[in-house]
Amino acid sequence: MKLSFLRQIGQAAFQFLASFGRIAFFTASAVRWTLQPPYYGRQIGRQIIDIGYYSLPVVGLTTLFSGMVLALQSYTGFARFSAEDTVATVVVLSVTRELGPVLAGLMVAGRIGASMAAEIGTMRVTDQIDALDTLSTRPMQYLVAPRLLAGTICLPFLVIIGDIIGVFGGYIVGVYRLGFNASLYLSRTLQFLEISDVMLGVIKAAVFGFLIALMGCYHGYHSGRGAEGVGLATTNAVVSSSIFILIANYIVTALFFGV
Amino acid sequence: MTAKIKIDNLQKSFSGKAVLKGVSLEVAEQESLVIIGTSGCGKSVTLKCLLGLVSPDGGTIMIDGIDTVGQSRKAREDMLHRFGMTFQFGALFDSLPIWENITFRLRQKVKMTKEEARKIATDIVAQLGLGAHVIDQYPAELSGGMQKRVALARAIADKPEILLFDEPTSGLDPITGGVIDNLIKDSVKRLGATAITISHDMASVRRIADKVAMIHQGVVIWCGPVAEMDDTGIPEVDQFVHGKAQGPLTNAINKEAQS
Repeated sequence: MKLSFLRQIGQAAFQFLASFGRIAFFTASAVRWTLQPPYYGRQIGRQIIDIGYYSLPVVGLTTLFSGMVLALQSYTGFARFSAEDTVATVVVLSVTRELGPVLAGLMVAGRIGASMAAEIGTMRVTDQIDALDTLSTRPMQYLVAPRLLAGTICLPFLVIIGDIIGVFGGYIVGVYRLGFNASLYLSRTLQFLEISDVMLGVIKAAVFGFLIALMGCYHGYHSGRGAEGVGLATTNAVVSSSIFILIANYIVTALFFGV
Repeated sequence: MTAKIKIDNLQKSFSGKAVLKGVSLEVAEQESLVIIGTSGCGKSVTLKCLLGLVSPDGGTIMIDGIDTVGQSRKAREDMLHRFGMTFQFGALFDSLPIWENITFRLRQKVKMTKEEARKIATDIVAQLGLGAHVIDQYPAELSGGMQKRVALARAIADKPEILLFDEPTSGLDPITGGVIDNLIKDSVKRLGATAITISHDMASVRRIADKVAMIHQGVVIWCGPVAEMDDTGIPEVDQFVHGKAQGPLTNAINKEAQS
């Protein structure tokens, strides 16, 4: 009984280490092939449109309403010690440093991570990846590299747009619901905002974009057989990229703490 | 005469289960070999080893007298240019129109305009009895038989020396299957290629084979001219060739299912 329990713990630990090793190996291989020619321009373009352009509505809506809620909530809190004036500053700093990148990352993870895993997973189970290989094309360069590049490039732009929309959401609530003076709200918004705040969000976004694409590709590439295998790969891609985003968020924040 | 392809004592295990236990085969230049055998006997794994998609645990694969097992990545990529392969379910790239599927490898190798590529694709589909309009369609828009023809078109577009066909008539009605067999036979002859086909369809085997090999439990139990296939005196071959429900193959399948 005791031995069986220990064996299970050992097996779980081995499986975790094996998964970690596989992900590390896949990451190294993916980065290596991303940096080496040939570069598939059309594939990169297609992914940029998929990730960047088609994710705009979902990121825009998410950050808009988050900015609006943030303005309401922070007003409620700060009114208790007569600090309502800081609402605009709190909204802009929270959105640029934290909410913009994290919410955009999580939304894109749900949309793009799942679709990448499903597409590559389907290619795996229908032998399209083997076919690529036999047609003298490295699947890592043709399938994975364009997605990694597009993810890393697009997320920062999405987050900058999301930041603007989120701050605008706060502005709408601040001015039209809470009765702030419009020009005062705007000047408060810009008064304490520094370029480092925006840059922190952009760096986070690039890291998240890389992680989302990496997890989508990894789980799709190692998808099991059949519809069940592809379904599981999709779920794993979304769950793992979401977890990695939250972990990376803390690491990047800690690295730039005080900046 | 030196064999074009010589496989000697090929071995491969997956998760401790031996799939190939010493497969040995020889195919002469411009010869058409068909490999038969029950599901799971190791036919597809043999083809995958030949293409380097799976690394064998032991044995040698000589192509024109050169051992290809364990060769460098570059050498393998050079070797793959000499192969054309059709997969069991076509493995056409869903996201590309037919003309791009057909000219996929050609366009990786040689710079050509879209018009040139379309012209090549149109010529090839015409050879295979398809209308020119097909080249602008996507794989999902085609019937099973048409997809098989396009897969064949993609395999022969680059005029390879060696053609591999994994169950080219599976899932097709007998008439369409017969048409595909004739197209395979014509294409192999026209290109002067050496061909290895995996098939369960005995009518198809009789149409396209010069030589037949039967794999059973990971080894070749019979190999000889197609004309001698009906009279080998080997019970397993006799049962498979004549499609008998009872016999040593059934016993082996039942035993494996119970283990």
